[in-house]
Amino acid sequence: MKVTQNINLSSNIDVSVKNVYKNFGDIKAVFDISFSVEKSKTLGLLGSNGAGKTTTIMMLMGILKATSGEIKILDQDVYKYRNKIAKEINFSSPFVELPHRLTVLQNLNVFGHLYGVKSLADKIHKLSMDLDILDLLKRRVGKLSAGQKTRVSLAKSLINDPKILFLDEPTASLDPDHADWIRTYLEQYQDRTGATFILASHNMPEVERLCHNVIMMGRGKVIESGTPKNLISRYKSTDLEEVFLQLARNDKV
Amino acid sequence: MVLFFRRIYAMILRHVYLFMCSWPRVLELIYWPFLNMVLWAYMSKFLSEYSNIFLMASGVLIACVIMWDTLFRGQLGVTLSFIEELWSRNLGNIAVSPLKPIELVLSLIVASFLRTLVGVGGAGIAAYFLFDFHLPLFGIGFILFFINLLIMGWALGLAICALLIRFGLSAETFAWAALFFIQPLCGVFYPVSVLPEWLQPFSLIIPATYIFEGMRLAFFDGVFGIDLLLKACLINIIYIFVGVSLLLFSYSHAKRNGLLLGNGE
Repeated sequence: MKVTQNINLSSNIDVSVKNVYKNFGDIKAVFDISFSVEKSKTLGLLGSNGAGKTTTIMMLMGILKATSGEIKILDQDVYKYRNKIAKEINFSSPFVELPHRLTVLQNLNVFGHLYGVKSLADKIHKLSMDLDILDLLKRRVGKLSAGQKTRVSLAKSLINDPKILFLDEPTASLDPDHADWIRTYLEQYQDRTGATFILASHNMPEVERLCHNVIMMGRGKVIESGTPKNLISRYKSTDLEEVFLQLARNDKV
Repeated sequence: MVLFFRRIYAMILRHVYLFMCSWPRVLELIYWPFLNMVLWAYMSKFLSEYSNIFLMASGVLIACVIMWDTLFRGQLGVTLSFIEELWSRNLGNIAVSPLKPIELVLSLIVASFLRTLVGVGGAGIAAYFLFDFHLPLFGIGFILFFINLLIMGWALGLAICALLIRFGLSAETFAWAALFFIQPLCGVFYPVSVLPEWLQPFSLIIPATYIFEGMRLAFFDGVFGIDLLLKACLINIIYIFVGVSLLLFSYSHAKRNGLLLGNGE
């Protein structure tokens, strides 16, 4: 019998992670992590390279299987209901690119169809206006600057009006002006749509600005969590970067 | 169901756009099958002046090369369509999207069919006009020969995609070389009987062997080998089942081991 279950929109928790482990052979990439993310909030995942952030994001998106533990996205098991959940989430990362030879419009068309977007032409037009990429639609992605590519990648990730958006270093390699533009856009988008963000970043001012809650990971474990303000005061620091450095120099992250 | 077709359509559209943006890719599709066909057509013309066999069955070498290209382009069509995602570092976006693995398989097959139709179809039409080449008129029978070659190409292509998921672009060589490994065994240009006896059993597990034998039978004896076609069909069912299973298994393995976001060299 086919099991059907509608996505629960009444719950206030969009992401729930309980006792999740991920081993790659003998390597413990993620070790007993648990956390949850409320609807319309932004969670920042921080940690040094190799701390387990990307592994965690991949598990949350359902494209990497946890060794054990439970991950619920929109109140549903991410592996059991992966296909249903995939329609409600999206992802943007400068490290995963869109086909360079296709134009921006062609890329958005392809992903719009992949996500089953209704009134796709209107949707692309609206996103292009919002993200200021109207002039870029007929240009090849490979010919764009880093800032333009980031905006196009963001347009792709918003094509399906995701309820949860995963952002992996959304402003990496952008100049301060473009980075600020993206952050402002993300804030406004969240206010407007109530989307939930999971953000992995090494940029501490960005995390302070965008994230309601922060998880610091080190060697696959959650070693600290709380609001940015809370962490700053707990570590008697002036900003989140100092907190991160204190933890890093104590060899925790 | 509508979304199922729409997702497959999206993936086909991605490849159509790619060809629209890249004329060298379109030329490459047509260039090799055409060049092969011309080369063997002149070889055939030369041989027919000295050999009764080629005089009796003019066009058999052209048929051989067109059918071989159907097989090769069928396999390459699947593999290259997948490699494009690795080259463009786009596999992560596709993996996160609602596209199911089986839909990926179907989209690769359709993309391969279209690529083969353009490449080999072009060479076939050119052979007709330039060399007055005709396939023996066995109606749907010969179409089934071609379909079997395509299915075998797809099966092998999907198996190579499984390797690409597992080992990344370092397995790319298989895309170009795998089929040439079995070319001597499946008797493209000669009957399997010329092979050493110990090698012939290996030929018998390759569906293309029966198709090429059937093609020669049609040209030389004017007989359509239905039994050969059936044998090819039966083995192909196993091949395509194995090909699809390998890709699905490899995809599932990649999901356990985190290979879907960082696939590359």
